[in-house]
Amino acid sequence: MILRPRREDVLSIGYYLGRIIIALGLVMLLPALFALIIGEKNPAMDFLIAVEISLVLGLTLAQICRTDKDLNWMQGMVVVSLSWIVAALLGALPFYLSGHWNSYLDACFDAMSGFATTGLILVQDLDHLSLTHNLWRHLIMFIGGQGIVIVALSFFIRGLSGAFTMYVGEGRDERILPNVIQTSRFIWLVSLVYFILGVVSLGITGMLLGLKPFSAFFQGACIFMAAFDIGGFTPHSQNILYYHSFAFELITVMIMIVGALNFKLHYCLWMGRRTEIFKNIETRGLFISIIVLFVIVGASLGGLQIYPEAAMLFRKGFYQLISAHTGTGFQTIYPAQFFGEWNQLAIIGVIFAMGLGGAVCSTTGAIKMLRLGIIYKALLEDVKRIILPEKAVIMQKYHHIKDMLLDDRQVRSALLITLSYLAIYIFGACAGVYFGYPVLNSLFESTSAAANVGLSCGITNAGMPAALKLIYILQMWAGRLEFMSIFTLIGFFIAAIRGK
Amino acid sequence: MLYKCKARSSKRKIKAQSSKSKVKNLKLLVLGLSFALCVLHFTFAYAQAVTGRDLIDNATEYNGKIILFEGEVIGDIMIRGEHAWINVSDGDTAIGIWTEKKLTEGLTHTGGYNSKGDWIRINGIFSRACGEHSGELDIHAQSIKLLNSGGIIQEGLNLGKRNIALVLLGALCLSVILQAYIKISSRRQKV
Repeated sequence: MILRPRREDVLSIGYYLGRIIIALGLVMLLPALFALIIGEKNPAMDFLIAVEISLVLGLTLAQICRTDKDLNWMQGMVVVSLSWIVAALLGALPFYLSGHWNSYLDACFDAMSGFATTGLILVQDLDHLSLTHNLWRHLIMFIGGQGIVIVALSFFIRGLSGAFTMYVGEGRDERILPNVIQTSRFIWLVSLVYFILGVVSLGITGMLLGLKPFSAFFQGACIFMAAFDIGGFTPHSQNILYYHSFAFELITVMIMIVGALNFKLHYCLWMGRRTEIFKNIETRGLFISIIVLFVIVGASLGGLQIYPEAAMLFRKGFYQLISAHTGTGFQTIYPAQFFGEWNQLAIIGVIFAMGLGGAVCSTTGAIKMLRLGIIYKALLEDVKRIILPEKAVIMQKYHHIKDMLLDDRQVRSALLITLSYLAIYIFGACAGVYFGYPVLNSLFESTSAAANVGLSCGITNAGMPAALKLIYILQMWAGRLEFMSIFTLIGFFIAAIRGK
Repeated sequence: MLYKCKARSSKRKIKAQSSKSKVKNLKLLVLGLSFALCVLHFTFAYAQAVTGRDLIDNATEYNGKIILFEGEVIGDIMIRGEHAWINVSDGDTAIGIWTEKKLTEGLTHTGGYNSKGDWIRINGIFSRACGEHSGELDIHAQSIKLLNSGGIIQEGLNLGKRNIALVLLGALCLSVILQAYIKISSRRQKV
């Protein structure tokens, strides 16, 4: 029997959703202040309007649904999944007001793409967009990469014992420190330290490349936020091609790899356990996967003599592969060049890289290395079971921060999420084919959206069908939250309709 | 009679000569035309500026050829020693232009939020995967012509947005006051 959600459930969900909206509104004050400082009047108005709408909505919702009760598991999951939709709807307001997006749907697409750290864009005339709107585009990637709820938990919501449910709901199932709030703050600390290092190195490099100091550091900050949080937005329409620099590309490669590593691994490295990077199942898996896929991509591109020199192969082939594997979506080739110049095997290699992703508890999307490692170990265990005598005791171990025994629950969870990702990749590809795009192109774009990568072969543009835009928005949302909170939200609505 | 015959034969000769010369002229014309077509092939083919999208979609066809590309200078002029990189957008696609530094000296405005960049025409060699720049799709400029000078865009405050912001500010103040009132009254009730 399905139980209909009670009034208290709705009140708790509404109350915490209201508080998260207030937090989002306060965050939007940052670009509003920035606009006032640099004298961009109309962008300042766009953000003031968005802040006011968010605060009025958040305050009203929190007041109507006021409750002292803590969140239970189901409520937490529903709050998380709804928060991301509301964040995209409200975050899109300044975009839409700027006039650079053709419709509110397009603005919502880019807002969801930003929050989910995907990087697919529908913005028009990006090269003339204000600095303030560009700051917001990249800031939402930074916020989304850490987790919208984590931002709220870290700075705006205190003393919430049900925080762990929301933390898990945002696709993170590992606590670095015993307390979720402490974990969130540690994630922010790591991010801020890398932010300073990244912005300084990109800023100085930018100046050496011929950018003016303010422009170099502003663009450095934007590129860092997009690279570390594996987003893929850039302030210019040419993406990373704009900079025409190998050094700049090399720095972004390093930041992308750092962003694709588990925050728990960062914690170990900070604590001096440097050997962990070589022993961890995720980093090993990532390393092997990158090598295997680069052999495939490199061999197919090299065979066609598309990039006859090693430096070309690195800057075009390897860069796209790393960008895909880490889920960033930075491009050093134009979207049309994928299918115009690359052969199908190289493209399949990139699709695999996008679909696999980086580490769990990082800012990357997709299936992720730990799950693949667990599935691989489970397969080994089953093979051993067949080969070895029946009485043999078989225990499969793997190393992830510490030595762990493989259990069926982990395998089931890893398989469930992996199958969900595969299903959503195929679903998006079928939708693309339905709207008249070729199969491989559709699979490429669908995987890019669902795995929150952002590489595009050209399907994503303002002229594509509105239904496909909606499907990609759903894919980005589901892919970022890793399904559990979405399943809970669907269950919540079913229970509200059919429950007793 | 003999005179008449001679006259006829000379007329025939003249006719034959004139038809021969006509054939010759025609041959010369054909040769001249085909020569002109061969020699002036590039000028005819790319006398008009190509678009960025066309260049990318047909990169192999244009590779290594001299092309004309028109667009707005956007972003930054990045000086690299005696050369410079500029990015030029035709309104749809932006392409990197590698040029001698001196060719950029006439450029005064680059496109951004508050500025409209100079509109220029580049005559240069297009590369699908430039050997000098590790595989970049770029144009090496031979000449740059300034077609339209850009300028600063004066930004006026949008009054509609200002009015909406003011109305919403009022609504926000109301909701804050209402919330404070509810809090105070609930505290009083508890007391």
